[in-house]
Amino acid sequence: MENRIIDELRDVVGTHGLIVEPDQLRTYECDGLKNFRVMPSAVVLPATGAQVQRIVRICHEERIPFVARGSGTGLSGGALPVTGCIVISLARLNRILHVDLPNARVVVEPGVINAAVTQRVAPHGYFYAPDPSSQSVCTIGGNIAENSGGAHCLKYGFTVNHVLGLKVVLPNSDLAELGGSALDTPGYDLPGIFVGSEGTLGIAIEITLRIIKRPEAVQTLLAAFNSPDEAGAAVSEIIARGILPAAIEMMDRLSIQAAEAAVHAHYPLCDGLLLVELDGPTAEVELLMQEVKAICGDCGAWELRLAQSESERAVVWKGRKAAFAAMGRISPDYIVQDGVIPRTALPRVLRDIGALSTAAGLRVANVFHAGDGNLHPLVLYDRTIAGQEHIAEELSFAILKLCVDAGGSITGEHGVGREKQQFMSVMFAEPDLDTMQLVRCAFDPYHLSNPDKVFPRTRLCAEKPGRYEPHPLETAGIAELF
Amino acid sequence: MVTQSVLLQAELSALVGAEHVYSATSGDVVDGLQPQLIVEPADIEEVSAVMRWANDAGVHLLPRGGRTKVGWGNAPRAAELILSTCRLNQVLEHAWGDMTASVQAGCTVAAFNQQLAEHNQQLALDPLWPHQATIGGVLAANDSGALRLRYGSLRDLIIGITVVLPDGTIARSGGKVVKNVAGYDLPKLLTGSFGTLGVIVDATFRLYPLPQALRTMTINVPTAVLANDLLLRVLDSTLVPVSVQLRAGTDQPVQVDVCFVGSTAAMNVQSEQLARLCLTMDCSAATAADELVPWQAREALWRDDPDAVICKTSLLPTQQAQLVGEVERLTGALRLKWDLVAQALGVGTLRLAGANEQVVLVAVKLLRSWVEALGGSLVVLSCPAAVKQRIDVWGSSPAALPVMRRVKEHFDPQGILNPGRFVGGI
Repeated sequence: MENRIIDELRDVVGTHGLIVEPDQLRTYECDGLKNFRVMPSAVVLPATGAQVQRIVRICHEERIPFVARGSGTGLSGGALPVTGCIVISLARLNRILHVDLPNARVVVEPGVINAAVTQRVAPHGYFYAPDPSSQSVCTIGGNIAENSGGAHCLKYGFTVNHVLGLKVVLPNSDLAELGGSALDTPGYDLPGIFVGSEGTLGIAIEITLRIIKRPEAVQTLLAAFNSPDEAGAAVSEIIARGILPAAIEMMDRLSIQAAEAAVHAHYPLCDGLLLVELDGPTAEVELLMQEVKAICGDCGAWELRLAQSESERAVVWKGRKAAFAAMGRISPDYIVQDGVIPRTALPRVLRDIGALSTAAGLRVANVFHAGDGNLHPLVLYDRTIAGQEHIAEELSFAILKLCVDAGGSITGEHGVGREKQQFMSVMFAEPDLDTMQLVRCAFDPYHLSNPDKVFPRTRLCAEKPGRYEPHPLETAGIAELF
Repeated sequence: MVTQSVLLQAELSALVGAEHVYSATSGDVVDGLQPQLIVEPADIEEVSAVMRWANDAGVHLLPRGGRTKVGWGNAPRAAELILSTCRLNQVLEHAWGDMTASVQAGCTVAAFNQQLAEHNQQLALDPLWPHQATIGGVLAANDSGALRLRYGSLRDLIIGITVVLPDGTIARSGGKVVKNVAGYDLPKLLTGSFGTLGVIVDATFRLYPLPQALRTMTINVPTAVLANDLLLRVLDSTLVPVSVQLRAGTDQPVQVDVCFVGSTAAMNVQSEQLARLCLTMDCSAATAADELVPWQAREALWRDDPDAVICKTSLLPTQQAQLVGEVERLTGALRLKWDLVAQALGVGTLRLAGANEQVVLVAVKLLRSWVEALGGSLVVLSCPAAVKQRIDVWGSSPAALPVMRRVKEHFDPQGILNPGRFVGGI
């Protein structure tokens, strides 16, 4: 990168806010998806929204691509640098700016850690609902980019359902206010399109979140089944009875073993473990939990264990949330996938995954948000064995193909990023992708904001749409425009 | 003019069949503008063909569903052709085991829900006039009612969409699973876009179970300040009502309605808790004789009176009493009658009526600047033509208008879709 530009960046963020030394840049060469690595040209750590805007202005004027980054916990390569880019770390924009309890709103900067929002409002009986497993380290800005979910989004929805307004720096460095504190701001639902756009439409510098009153009662049940099919049947029956749990998670034997090794959650060892959490008014929760237990029993559960205290509940969840990282205990390497299927397709897809796993000769651990059909198959492999990484990648993509064929999606919460770019064409037809590109071009005509992500290839904005062609009747002079 | 119309009718007939293209009548006038033709495509391919044709011919197009909200928005700059979704009225799929359903845009909300009820499920939405309003129209106008407190609004319920762009492109976005972050969320962009970006052809929603039973409690509250306080205390409690609203108006008592659903046992406990909460505020809660009547109050604001102005107000939950105070002050000074039905989350429907539309216009303008100064918005939904000519129904231009304009230019470069009806002249 030219010294001139480095100097300009230093003018904005100071010496301590700029990283250009290769050793230090290496920290930023990947995110949570570690098999993709690209060295950025520079990393800047602005401390204010105004600095973010000045950096983006430099990028815009010089046509330098930029990649915004939170904690770098993303699992799809969304914060992966592109060659020659500037990484803009939002880690220093980490202030909770305003808490408005009567209106249940919190205004934060993008670098605020997800769990910090709940910590801040918990003494008043509130919580911030989206709870990705990485919530103790991931940032709200990253959650905005990926539209993060979590175990409790079955009942409470995703990040997009909890974002009311955003102040963003657009790729041309203009500031824009999308949405607002009050609901239904007139105009297009730009927060709806910005959240989940994986950093391709600009950088959020201030976010208004909705918080939720903590329910009166929470009960968490562990139910052990002899097969994922039985557990799956129980999930379907719970939902069919009109019960909407706060969360329903499923783990298979491999995941349980890994989680136990890491966290000692004292899970019953079985082939299909369900974790069902109900919350709401005490009377309702108690009544529904009886019903859930009966359903699980009818479907073959041989152990039903209700967490007896808040600390027991915390341990149960800790085991579940540690499941990905715990795979390191039972396998040197693993790939996490994030496919979604209609819940009713669960038994069939699980059997197909089993068959693919056997055929490839690699173990696949399954841990997933069973309530909404979001699978997290973990393909276990050893990269020191020649060719095995390739087989593991092929297997994980074959699993995604299964999900799409079952009428589902290639990603439920991790995002497309770099990892699944080419899979967008499996899930969407070309006109669908072209239509999404119209949005991209409206926000970022030069493709500077996190380029080469999400979409299978870059189409220049000028290529579409075509110029106006007059109607033949008009050219023939028969008819004028009405 | 007649010759052109005949020519164009012939061309459209070639696309959808002669019996599905006909002349518009005075009944189809929108804000004083007389469309010439109405076309009723049978399927998505015909929608695509019609739109491509209109785009090529530079014919301005007004998408129309059940006609319940066709008068909302600013007056169109042009609208020669009405594209009616009336033949696209099928429920495509009800995957009840997955609690999702896909439905065509022209299906009415009530017909959709009737079919979903066969498996005790619902589109958890209480829009205006559900027996006439279509899914496409409700989506385009983003109409939701008090149930939004529990279930969210359309943006929270829609999971997939098929839309046809002006150039005929058929685009699908989202999908049929409730959890999905692949690609941009076009279902949300299209929701509330007022038919200015594309024609919605079908949509997929996440569903909720139909409640076993429901119970509405109505509380008479001496003042709006206390009513707002009660509303906030309910929101801040562990009660989980599906809907909460505040009703007030000229010479009317201030009332708060709270609706619970679920098992009788659970509802009993909740009602008792609410009753205790009310006692601490010196007011008493009574079970409504008819559970549904209080929730029809919003629709009742459109009672026969063409001169009334009906607005949507959006403020914070804590600002509802201030709103009532300001409305009382203004209407008192201007001798107008008013009614307000405000949802707990801060979205309200306000009716202003008086002998003189000039005075109503003044009231709307004054109230709007007051609301906007507080960070909220006031959108005029229905008003006499003379009022609409002199006001932007959307209010001051939104801060993000330049981005919105660019989005519009990319989706509809020739501006054939509902030109002029949306914010900032979009």
